[in-house]
Amino acid sequence: MTSMPRPARDDRRARNLLWLFQNAALLVFAGLFVAFGHVQIGQHERFLAMAANNHQRTLSLRAPRGPVLDRDGEVLVENRHALNISLARDQVEDLDAWIRRLVRVTGSDEAAITGAVERHSHDPSGRPIVIIRDASLEQVAAVAARKLELPGLVVEQVPMRHYPTATFGAHTLGYIGEVTDMQLAQPRFEGLRSGAIIGHAGVEYAYNARLMGTDGARHVIVNSLGREIETIREVVPVEGEQLQLTVDSDLQRAAEEAFEAAGFDGAAAVMDPRSGEVLALVSRPAYDPNAFAAGIDAAAWTTLTGDPLKPLQNRALRGRYSPGSTFKIVMAVAGLEEGVVKPEDQVVCRGGGVFYRRFFACHSTHGSVDLPQALAQSCNTYFYRLGQELGIDAIHKWATALGLGRLTGIDLPHEVRGLIPSREWKRATHGERWYAGETISVAIGQGQVSVTPLSMAVMMSAVANGGRVFAPRVLRGSFDVGASRTSPEPPAPSVVQLKPETVAAVRQGLWMAVNGIGTARRARLPGRDVIGKTGTAQVVSLSGRRAAAGTSDRDLRDHGWFVFAAPRDDPRIAGVVFAEHGEHGYLAAPIARHVMETFFAKEEKRPLPASPLPATPPVTTAADAARTVGASGAE
Amino acid sequence: MFEHRLAVYIDWLLVGAIGILSAIGAAMVFSATYDPTSGSVGPAFYRQLVALALGGVALIACLMVDYRTLADRSFIIYAGLVTLLALTLLAGTEQGGAQRWVGIGPLSGQPSELGRLVLALVLASVYGRSNSGPRSLRDWLVGGAVVALPFVLIARQPDLGTAVTLLPVCLTIMVFAGLRVRVLVTLGLLAVLATPLVWAYGLEDYQQRRISSFLDPEQDPQGAGYQQRQARITVGSGGLTGRGFLQGTQNQYNFLPVAHNDFIFSVLAEELGFAGVSVALVLYLFVILRSLDAARVARDSTGTYLVAGIVAGFAFQVVYNITMSAGLAPVKGLTLPLMSFGGSSIIATLMGFGLILNVRMRRFRN
Repeated sequence: MTSMPRPARDDRRARNLLWLFQNAALLVFAGLFVAFGHVQIGQHERFLAMAANNHQRTLSLRAPRGPVLDRDGEVLVENRHALNISLARDQVEDLDAWIRRLVRVTGSDEAAITGAVERHSHDPSGRPIVIIRDASLEQVAAVAARKLELPGLVVEQVPMRHYPTATFGAHTLGYIGEVTDMQLAQPRFEGLRSGAIIGHAGVEYAYNARLMGTDGARHVIVNSLGREIETIREVVPVEGEQLQLTVDSDLQRAAEEAFEAAGFDGAAAVMDPRSGEVLALVSRPAYDPNAFAAGIDAAAWTTLTGDPLKPLQNRALRGRYSPGSTFKIVMAVAGLEEGVVKPEDQVVCRGGGVFYRRFFACHSTHGSVDLPQALAQSCNTYFYRLGQELGIDAIHKWATALGLGRLTGIDLPHEVRGLIPSREWKRATHGERWYAGETISVAIGQGQVSVTPLSMAVMMSAVANGGRVFAPRVLRGSFDVGASRTSPEPPAPSVVQLKPETVAAVRQGLWMAVNGIGTARRARLPGRDVIGKTGTAQVVSLSGRRAAAGTSDRDLRDHGWFVFAAPRDDPRIAGVVFAEHGEHGYLAAPIARHVMETFFAKEEKRPLPASPLPATPPVTTAADAARTVGASGAE
Repeated sequence: MFEHRLAVYIDWLLVGAIGILSAIGAAMVFSATYDPTSGSVGPAFYRQLVALALGGVALIACLMVDYRTLADRSFIIYAGLVTLLALTLLAGTEQGGAQRWVGIGPLSGQPSELGRLVLALVLASVYGRSNSGPRSLRDWLVGGAVVALPFVLIARQPDLGTAVTLLPVCLTIMVFAGLRVRVLVTLGLLAVLATPLVWAYGLEDYQQRRISSFLDPEQDPQGAGYQQRQARITVGSGGLTGRGFLQGTQNQYNFLPVAHNDFIFSVLAEELGFAGVSVALVLYLFVILRSLDAARVARDSTGTYLVAGIVAGFAFQVVYNITMSAGLAPVKGLTLPLMSFGGSSIIATLMGFGLILNVRMRRFRN
């Protein structure tokens, strides 16, 4: 043993240091007590919530949108199962590297994924962000095999919208997509959150609330790797209501196929004149709503929106065109109801006439014509005279009463109104008085007048049914989950009291136009008493036409109109066909004829007529040959 | 060698407190390695029990031989330690980017954990033997050289955390042996001045990240600050009475990395709450104060220095780990003595208490 007895000096120093050591330990531990008390008791609530947020996750279970059927129960819109690849962001350390790995594995567009992540960067971090919608099975298999390299990756099965008829009726059905930030601020979309799928057009938009259903949710416990440990609570999603439309797929198909055969763009609206139900609604060129179902990519969207033909626009509701000679129907009704003419009153047409010191041409020399003949042959001279006698305000009154120049009130979004000029309108918008000479152009549907194809269908249906102006509608009824059916109260039509003689005389003129020597013989269906009227709307003025002479630009060609109803004495179908740059109204007539033929075949349960063959070159008829280019250009 | 009559002088209170803390620790390791999905506990728990048993044996071994005998042979032990550390560096197994383990047959261990004890023994022996008169600079240089060799060897593993734990042990002994506190303060100031240089040239990237994330844990919640943030959530969610044994969601769903090891005290705080924390803190404080009492009553300077050094190392590690487990200090791979999982750590700690009991037991001059 070599240890020495401790000297007193050293002993004292050791005691002092030990005393210091003990007190330091006491002090430090007191500090630890205070610190733990502060964190564990003072901030307990906050940290408890953070702990809950760590391990509990709410996964949204998307409710399938309700299916949409046609009036016979044929499926127009349904859902199919699709797989979405999502990302639970809070489990990823290096997001950029993660995205690069995913892009390498799936071969998808890096910019699109980055964009999706950025768009939802303000969502709660526990909510997975959908980064690839409707992933292919190859993509799902590829990411599943590399799950370890891609922490936080979630593959979810979701219902995906499917439109079996593709482009047919696309504008009526509409399309879906993520709700935009701007829409979220609107009261219409209150309660929705970023990422929700809503309708953006057509029925999908108009009846979005009924179609959406109620999303469910699954509350799960996850561990730090995001693996689900157990489900605490599950709220089953409720499918949206099933909608039944008034649209008849067979008529829709007939109209679309006839347009395709004729090679026209344009619009058509076919209604039941007894109820205002829309049987077919066409707008061409169309888009395929399936392209939107999985989230449309930027390139496809730019193509659609940049197309000069505007395929996204529903021309039936949003296209405004000059009505041309179809407006003569309104003129005839106004003249008869105002008592300025009687059906049998004769006007002599010598190829035009001078009104207000200016010559207005007719496209032919019709000789002596009464009102039905004037309608049948579309005699301009007759209607110039009628216009002069009625005056612009009477024309405005009757056109408006029959549904033109105002919204039809259809249950589809984004409708626009046409324009029927009046003195007051001229004063209000141009600050000028109305010149009587302008009335003469309006009388044959030129000048300032513009209409939407749908409003023309409403007008035609009102003339056919004797004066009931319906707000057209596409919803027939809806079924909720309990399958109880609710039908919307059919809106009461605004009734225009028309004298029986008025209806008879106009019907007679329109019947002759189709079945006699008139302009619309191509719409004739033997034994069906089709009534109708063609119209041609000038696209450019005469001077503009001269300036463009020789360019043979398709866009300079006139638009063709055909309004129709059948049968004459008990109309059950009425509508309009508008052929964009169709040159002549009579070229639109065969489309209407094919639709009516299909309608009657179906009514009598006969086989439907075969699809029309692709366009035959326009046949020049005597009437065409007689057509001269006048100031009006009308038929 | 061992005189049976000495057994009555064993400090049973200290032994009791150590036993309770070890038991609480084992229970927490059980909870931290428990798998709630399968309802079974991992092999780590059983390894912990084995380590405690081995530690108990080592403790008894350490108190059988008179500490003065050990102090006399301390340079032989020191040579053994340096050899082992060198072997570790040359032929050790790598874990988590550092070579800390050395194995002989089925036995493997971290020799660095033993470093504190051996250094305490050597320094206590060196300074306890010649404590008359003022110390010369030579005394301090010798002591410094003795410490520097194992320090560098451990730091090169690289395990700066363990190497740093040598410092409180050695500095405490040197201060007890007469090193002026003024000198320490000067050295401390020099260290502060050297900090920017050390930061730029001496620290690995991950070490820089840890420190900067400690200063602002929210700057990168998924990155380096993650552990610290989760630690604070874990402790805070415990509340007054805790979430209940095996009921802590932070622990059970693995939001806390290496919960059974570095963050065992966070697990305790979550599942047993402030109440459990208070019990553990009181026990640790008791162990420290009671051990310091052994230093006070030691029969010679060697005993005092030895105990003071061991207790300083123990206290430093306890305080640092507990502070870190509440997210209040930068994350370092530093275990909590007596509680954390880890065979070498437990055995070394219990050996240390063996030496403390040894000094107290032999306090009387015969």
